[in-house]
Amino acid sequence: MRMINRHPGRVSATLLGLLPFLLIMLIYSLASQERLAENPNDKLLPGLEQMTAAVDRMAFQEDRRSGDYLMWQDTTASLQRLGIGVTIAASLALVIGILNGALPLIRANLAPLVSALSMVPPLAILPILFIVFGLGELSKVMLIVIGTAPIMMRDVAQRVRELPGEQLIKIQTLGANTWQVITRMVLPQVLPRLIDSVRLSLGPAWLFLIAAEAIASTEGLGYRIFLVRRYLAMDVILPYVIWITILAIVIDQCLRLANRRLFPWYNAGGH
Amino acid sequence: MSFITVNNLWKEYGDLVVLENLNLSVKQGEFCTLVGASGCGKSTFLKMLLGQETPSRGQLLLEGEAFPGEPDRNRGIVFQRYSVFPHLTVRQNVLMALELEQKPWLGKLFGRARRSALEKVDAMLTSVGLEASANKWPHELSGGMQQRLAIAQSLIMRPRVLLLDEPFGALDPGIRKDMHDLLLKLWRETGTTIFMVTHDLKEGFYLGTRLLVFDKVRRDPHDPEAFGATITYDLPIGQADSKLFEDINESVAETARHQAA
Repeated sequence: MRMINRHPGRVSATLLGLLPFLLIMLIYSLASQERLAENPNDKLLPGLEQMTAAVDRMAFQEDRRSGDYLMWQDTTASLQRLGIGVTIAASLALVIGILNGALPLIRANLAPLVSALSMVPPLAILPILFIVFGLGELSKVMLIVIGTAPIMMRDVAQRVRELPGEQLIKIQTLGANTWQVITRMVLPQVLPRLIDSVRLSLGPAWLFLIAAEAIASTEGLGYRIFLVRRYLAMDVILPYVIWITILAIVIDQCLRLANRRLFPWYNAGGH
Repeated sequence: MSFITVNNLWKEYGDLVVLENLNLSVKQGEFCTLVGASGCGKSTFLKMLLGQETPSRGQLLLEGEAFPGEPDRNRGIVFQRYSVFPHLTVRQNVLMALELEQKPWLGKLFGRARRSALEKVDAMLTSVGLEASANKWPHELSGGMQQRLAIAQSLIMRPRVLLLDEPFGALDPGIRKDMHDLLLKLWRETGTTIFMVTHDLKEGFYLGTRLLVFDKVRRDPHDPEAFGATITYDLPIGQADSKLFEDINESVAETARHQAA
């Protein structure tokens, strides 16, 4: 049988999916054991024991200096920035995207600007953001907005233009004015697509968040990772990276489920 | 005065001539079927009636006035596909038409206004045979049911002209027969003027009061785009016999072969 026609069953698909994770863990623990056997104080590849201890110290014990639970403090700070940034970016993307997609006059006016903005490497203007908005929360949120909004705007505009032309004609024959076309045909059909777009933009959003935190911050997941790097504290860095990954997966899945719940017609192939 | 008047109408896209010298006069309440080979301007003509396209030359008049330049609520349309809204249930699809009309800003009806609108909607759904599917999503409907919904959605606006662009082209033959009966029933009830484009010559001969054949009179074998199509037959239905059917069929097929070559 050809390879392209061979499909795994349910169980074997799960096992095949788990295999790479197990392999990485195995290779890591073997390498870690070997180094620790040579030098019990090795910092480069900490074992499970050291990492658990580090997580316990960071998440479940008060910091000796400040009295805070650092990992939770970092998590709330980062999630807050990410949440505000992505929400602003998505709202902008929705408004500008719909206007660009639905109104040719606005498109002629704004689309070239949006295209150009989406080509600017966001990290290259991070210094400008720091100069203009200071080193506080605003510049970090702005980096996320500037980094993700233009691409989402283009995506939303594209999704609007992909709506069948027949629908656009049909709603006009039902007497709809421009406002009604946007609110009753375009907006409801673009919302689930916007959520998809946000899911794709979360990767870049995390990137910009951590970059901004690494450079100028006093708390946050990215800040912590870059802070403890000075002490080669891999026992903190690795759990933090895994934690960030878990957060990203959870957010992504929540959005996916919300999309399914809110827009049953979209996910059942009704578009 | 006739309801729709077409005078020496031409439609050109650059060098490509689609329609040439079209003349036509249609009375209110007529049911015209438009047949012809692909690329003979049937759909272009329909788009002009809809306001999606404008004539290059000549006149297209609705009760003596030029046709409005964009689609409006006086002219309903049913396309072959995609003419219902996937994010609304069957009932909401039809209700939306009434909501758009009554609420220019909100686009939604509430309370008593909504209830009385829903009564109209349900009556319309019953007359197209969709009462049992009122709360389904369009993607849960078969192709024929979706077309019933599209027709219901258009007719609830009581349009003066109903335009159908190969509405049954994607349906199974059995379903198509049911749809013909439905369409004839609705046409008799509403008395609206109907233009229907079809590929199926038989359909054209069976439905409606008047058959319009779009075909090319002149052909340039070296440049198939040089000449446009015009109405070659304009027949009241009922007088068409099988010999004529054969003639038209042959001529249309001949044009189709030239177009493809």
